[in-house]
Amino acid sequence: MNHVPANIKAAKSRLIVIGNGMAGMRTVEEILNRAPDKYDITVFGAEPRVNYNRIMLSPLLSGEKNFDEIVINTPEWYRENNIHLYSGDPVVEIDRIRKVVISKSGTETEYDRLLLATGSDPIIIPVPGHKLSGVVTFRDVDDVDVMLGAAAKGGPAVVIGGGLLGLEAAVGLQARGMDVTVLHLAGHVMERQLDPSAGYLLAQELERRGITVITEADTAEIVGTETVTGVRLKDGRMIPADLVVMAVGIRPNGRLAADTGIAVERGIVVDDVMTTSDPAIFAVGECVQHRGQCYGLVAPLFEMAKSCADHLTEIETDGYAGSVTSTKLKVTGVDVFSAGDFSGGGNTEEIVFRDAGRGVYKRIVLEDGKIKGAVLYGDTTDGGWYFQLMKDGQDVTELRDTLAFGQAFAGGSAGNPLDAVAALPDDAEICGCNGVCKGSIVSAITEKGLTTLDEVKGHTKASASCGSCAGLVENLLAATLGGEYQAATVKPICTCTDHDHDSVRRLIIAKGLKSMPAIMQELEWKSSDGCHVCRPALNYYLLAAWPGEYVDHGASRFINERVHANIQKDGTYSVVPRMWGGLTNPRELRAIADVADKFDIPTVKVTGGQRIDLLGVKKEDLPAVWADLNAAGMVSGHAYGKSLRTVKTCVGQEWCRFGTQMSMSMGVELEKMTWGSWMPHKFKMAVSGCPRNCAEATIKDFGVVATDGGWDLHVGGNGGIHVRATELLCKVTTDEEVKEYCGAFIQLYREEARYLERTAPWIERVGLKHVQERVVDDAENRKALFDRFMISQQTAQKDPWAERASEGVDAHEFKPLSMVAAE
Amino acid sequence: MTNNLTWVEVGPAANIPQQGARTLQTQTDRIAIFRTLDDQIFALLDRCPHKQGPLAQGIVHGHFVTCPLHNMVFSLETGEAQGPDDGCAAKVECKVIDGMVRVGLTELQAGLRHAG
Repeated sequence: MNHVPANIKAAKSRLIVIGNGMAGMRTVEEILNRAPDKYDITVFGAEPRVNYNRIMLSPLLSGEKNFDEIVINTPEWYRENNIHLYSGDPVVEIDRIRKVVISKSGTETEYDRLLLATGSDPIIIPVPGHKLSGVVTFRDVDDVDVMLGAAAKGGPAVVIGGGLLGLEAAVGLQARGMDVTVLHLAGHVMERQLDPSAGYLLAQELERRGITVITEADTAEIVGTETVTGVRLKDGRMIPADLVVMAVGIRPNGRLAADTGIAVERGIVVDDVMTTSDPAIFAVGECVQHRGQCYGLVAPLFEMAKSCADHLTEIETDGYAGSVTSTKLKVTGVDVFSAGDFSGGGNTEEIVFRDAGRGVYKRIVLEDGKIKGAVLYGDTTDGGWYFQLMKDGQDVTELRDTLAFGQAFAGGSAGNPLDAVAALPDDAEICGCNGVCKGSIVSAITEKGLTTLDEVKGHTKASASCGSCAGLVENLLAATLGGEYQAATVKPICTCTDHDHDSVRRLIIAKGLKSMPAIMQELEWKSSDGCHVCRPALNYYLLAAWPGEYVDHGASRFINERVHANIQKDGTYSVVPRMWGGLTNPRELRAIADVADKFDIPTVKVTGGQRIDLLGVKKEDLPAVWADLNAAGMVSGHAYGKSLRTVKTCVGQEWCRFGTQMSMSMGVELEKMTWGSWMPHKFKMAVSGCPRNCAEATIKDFGVVATDGGWDLHVGGNGGIHVRATELLCKVTTDEEVKEYCGAFIQLYREEARYLERTAPWIERVGLKHVQERVVDDAENRKALFDRFMISQQTAQKDPWAERASEGVDAHEFKPLSMVAAE
Repeated sequence: MTNNLTWVEVGPAANIPQQGARTLQTQTDRIAIFRTLDDQIFALLDRCPHKQGPLAQGIVHGHFVTCPLHNMVFSLETGEAQGPDDGCAAKVECKVIDGMVRVGLTELQAGLRHAG
């Protein structure tokens, strides 16, 4: 058994945190903000990873976010703050007499103060079959991985539970291509957060999206032998399913506390400063029971974290007084908000507003002139305002007539968002997820000199979780800084959209968008059919995402790629046939000479990429020129494309007395493998037969340099305005390896780089290490990348010249109209 | 000048690709005839006022075309350059009757009178 001795040289108290989740880490952050040197902090987490934002599992499932984006604290953060993190090694026992915790691996660690943040467990209904393979909960990243695995195969899925979490799971799975049925025991979905009217509107919207909702559905049995095949209801109905997600609720996890004899009822019992029945042990988050209440939302956790941190750093505090909560459904395109008690009846009055055309429903419940609860569907802009009025207990009698129209109407601010935000009191809550009020944001902006949304996120956590208050925070920045503030967080592709390149690429896959109209509809393009900036990018992203399936859209390509030649300044074109590895022969040269004569081509030039350029060809002549070149066995050199251009070679061991490898034949093989592939930008390669590097391979996108024992593979170089030499990707020995690494590297570039981003800036952005991890270190991933590349090549390697010269493709491009009649 | 136009028919609108263009050579110059996504037909002289780029080769989006040489954007309705750029591409009259595209040529374009 390991034994970690007490830290004898430090006078610091030792704080151990059990639970690496949101509540525990938020408490640690609050402590560090107040007294960074007070504690020597050790964290034990059950999950084998850094801490992440659990409320972002839904966007992770739907593909709107990736894991890196939902990480709250990186490994660097733990290091910088001297926090010892044991992830994947949960504590299994607390010895309160010796004040030590014992982890699963047997490590014993001493504490002076112990903080329990063990969260909650998903409730599993013990119906027959609940242990079958394919039955999961929706609680952590591992659950999401299982769900994604099932979704990749498609097929039917059943979500048991039509609450907040269940519906988010259903929408995510449906977006991933599964046929989803939601089974819900109550009469309408989200019955704890919504009244029947809003529940009805929500169910309708879900049905419109293709999700089946069955209410009053009581599960009798999950059916299957080893793997789940369906769910049978008590009324006998059978619903087929390859995946069953149980999302019926959570239960505070107080096992560890109970085992050690601390008072646990529904949750771990704590007082207002989060102390348990043992004065050295504290608890925060979903595991606690405070004044008889247990919470499953984030805002209360953060309020608890503050009170607990105040107490642990000996700051005078009023303590935690319990939370009034509001909820929002995190489903893109569905706006639902509720807060307080909206059950009605008794002495309450209701204000109801409906706009069927816009699908808006608002219901505000009043008691004694004050807001007691609110349900909003379709338009939740004023949710925060109602919530604030409710928490403040403000008398709204005077606002009553116009209350339903929201703050803009009531405040007389004529809807100017800057005025509205300026008018808010300092204690108005801006970020509901993280419990940040206006005053703390404004003082952070002025005291710390913050100027961007990201900085505000970093310093205050406002809008760092669900992000729905980002607009409010930006308005606060603008109102506080005046003209100095310039909003620019993501750079949209163009003025047609607010999405940037990366989010569009991700959503194309996540939402299964397979055509340009589908992208523009689903991602809410602001123009009817895009523009010359976004259309070529979208066309490429679709080609890369759905090889063999997506049909290239010529009208969305720049003229060069549409007519497979380079437009020149006088409107004529240049034609460059492919010369594999820079090699040619008398037959090809004769054909080129004949074509130049026959079509009066004024300029014939040798290019920098070791081939021959015919300049000044008239557009109408292009198909005939290509036909003659095709007849001599030549194909398009794609000298005009965002695609594989040339593979430059030196003569190598074939001829050169210094050559150590066959660079010409390697060049030819690489070019034969990669030609025709569309890429984010042009892509050049070279192969040198010895380290003298006569083919200048170290300023290419992919450069191969022979050594005595094999090949050095270089990436990310280019000439041009900013000359950049390559970086060494790795060394390989066999020719087959050169080809596999080459294909894998190209595919990674095709899948990850932004349109019109060459490999040099791409690698500078993501880092060479990122590329090496995927292409060099991970053999399985390299193979998968290579296979995906070769699959896309099956449909990409078709000579565009031949299609146009002899198969009549795009004939309209090359033939002018003529006057058929005049009057 | 509009009243002296000579209207010529250049074939069905369907012969022009959607979000694309084709050209018509006249006695004096070349005309670009565009078909937009909403199936409207427009015509401009096939010559960007900036560096004479062939507008028919540009990307057509909304009721605009982007010149292939330097990405200037022109309104197909008026010929005006968009955004910060100055300039105007010459508008050519055209209409669609029973699915057939007709273009209004000047006397010079139609070859009815010789220049100079």
